[in-house]
Amino acid sequence: MISFEYSQDQMAIREVALKFARKEMRPWTAHYDEAQEFPRPILQKAWEQGFLNTCIPEEFGGQSLETVTATLISECLAYGCLGMNTAIMANDLALLPIALGGSTEQKEKFLRPFTESYKIASFCLTEPDHGSNAAGIETTLEEKGDFLELTGNKMWITNAGVADLFVVYATINKDLGRKGITAVVVEADSSGISLGAKEKKMGHRCSDTRTVTFSKVKVSKANILRGIGQGWNLAMETLNHSRCLVASSAVGGAQAALDHAKNYAGQRLQFGRPIGEFQMIQAMLANMAMKIEASRLLVQKAAWLVDQKTPDPKICSMAKAFASDTCMEVATDAVQIFGGLGYGQEYPVEKIMRDAKLLQIYEGTSQIQRLVIAKEVLKQSDF
Amino acid sequence: MEIFVCVKQVPDTETKIIPKSDGSFIEESQIKWIVNPYDEFAIEQALLIKALKPDTTTVTVIRVGQTRDSEALRNAMAMGADEAILVEANDNLDSLSVAQALKAAIEKSGKKPDLILTGKQAIDDDCLQVPQILAELLNMPSVSVAVAMEFQESQITVKREIEGGALEIYNCPLPAVISCNKGLNTPRYTSLPGILKAKKRPLTTLNLAELGVEAPKILYSNFKLPPEKPAGKKFMALEDKDITGAVQQVVQLLRTEAKVI
Repeated sequence: MISFEYSQDQMAIREVALKFARKEMRPWTAHYDEAQEFPRPILQKAWEQGFLNTCIPEEFGGQSLETVTATLISECLAYGCLGMNTAIMANDLALLPIALGGSTEQKEKFLRPFTESYKIASFCLTEPDHGSNAAGIETTLEEKGDFLELTGNKMWITNAGVADLFVVYATINKDLGRKGITAVVVEADSSGISLGAKEKKMGHRCSDTRTVTFSKVKVSKANILRGIGQGWNLAMETLNHSRCLVASSAVGGAQAALDHAKNYAGQRLQFGRPIGEFQMIQAMLANMAMKIEASRLLVQKAAWLVDQKTPDPKICSMAKAFASDTCMEVATDAVQIFGGLGYGQEYPVEKIMRDAKLLQIYEGTSQIQRLVIAKEVLKQSDF
Repeated sequence: MEIFVCVKQVPDTETKIIPKSDGSFIEESQIKWIVNPYDEFAIEQALLIKALKPDTTTVTVIRVGQTRDSEALRNAMAMGADEAILVEANDNLDSLSVAQALKAAIEKSGKKPDLILTGKQAIDDDCLQVPQILAELLNMPSVSVAVAMEFQESQITVKREIEGGALEIYNCPLPAVISCNKGLNTPRYTSLPGILKAKKRPLTTLNLAELGVEAPKILYSNFKLPPEKPAGKKFMALEDKDITGAVQQVVQLLRTEAKVI
């Protein structure tokens, strides 16, 4: 009934994605993290290999990749560098609402250019006063006859400083709550957009994160995705895909931490033996490996359900919460296994630990995920 | 223009090789198989030449070996090769049989080869013979260990690496068999669209019998691991006066134990 096997194509994709992660990303991960520099040359190469914008359908120049395959790629690239992978994933976070909710004309107009050259997209939801309470966003869309006027502040926007395209969630009327929320596409060269300074962050430091201010930005009505007041539902649909991507990146990051720790434990001698022979280290490694395996399976199931056209928000939330919590725990344990050396920047695990923290925060905090899960659990009938 | 690339699938370089208990071959079940690294330079070179005249050039990859080798062929097609041929056979063939199989497969394809590219050697058996035998069977010239290649319409200028890093330069008329070395080019990654398109490309499967290939004349008789290297010996001379004694010890052991002087 269930196969846990990847197809031949997926195995071939996995192999080249891991090769890319090891040869093109790993050698540069420390550099771009320390310099806090956007890793454009590497992302350009990743685009050339076809790793980016996995959500674009074939009719619009993409590959119509299955979600399982997209998450596999995300896992492998995160194995290379979590920070670079965030900059990559952010494109899909922004393009997914267009792929899921856009008209044929909108998909042709906005998605195809991303298949013709390396372009960058930015997804704008969070505001200074509205993070977890996304339904309360205050950025407004005002009716102005032939067009709409966009005004508000967005915060923690990935790729903001380098984006060619913004996908923005705003409200046409705060009093309508969720029913007022509307998603629009905004070209980055529109007038009235100003960017804040680049945020200095704990991790994902190569990723360009800023506030974005929209001051009466003119938005064509042709750029509304799905319709006025349809934004909330579109966002929920998008989350089923994007939470899978983030969850699988957490698996990749955790796997990288485990591999570093496992290799170190086999080499580091103390008390005359490799530390991997001591039971406490073994217990840590076993727990790390178990959690990663379980996370991976949850992600695969969540993605598979999306591909079956029966997405399950509960499973997607479980995958995101479990995998991101796992990544933080595994990365922390990896630093512990390295001991003093793990604390230093000469070794790669402290960076993974710094990167892992964000995974528990963005795309819905681990706490919000639990609310989603509990709501479903309380609703559901017995086993 | 018809280019053929001969590829072999070999155990990954990190593999721990274990002989079968009866010594007839190596244990294959746990092996991770990869495209012979030198063959990747050959595939890349074929694709670079194809790029000069993409509409009128066909790149066909051939492999002689077990069915699992369609992976190597799919990989080559994902890089950009147009077609693939698999000649099913077990791995224990000698170089002559492999070359005969390649020749027969090329002839059966109906395509007249303009250029045949291979890696300079397979990293598992290191025979370095198949390209040269193949050329002989096809009555073509061959140049080995190519590190640079300039392709003109009916001839190819090849730089061949020899001892000391010196280069021999050959102007070789086509058709010819050229075996490729590291440094010739940088093999491209398989792209995602390439991987997805690869399964739609034609892969023909043949076998030795229908190609009329004789049984191998040379057979491997036994596979065994080399004897374990003993631990090195350290000769300590803590003070100058002890050096003579240490040297005498070393000379003595080189004579009686290592038997090299």
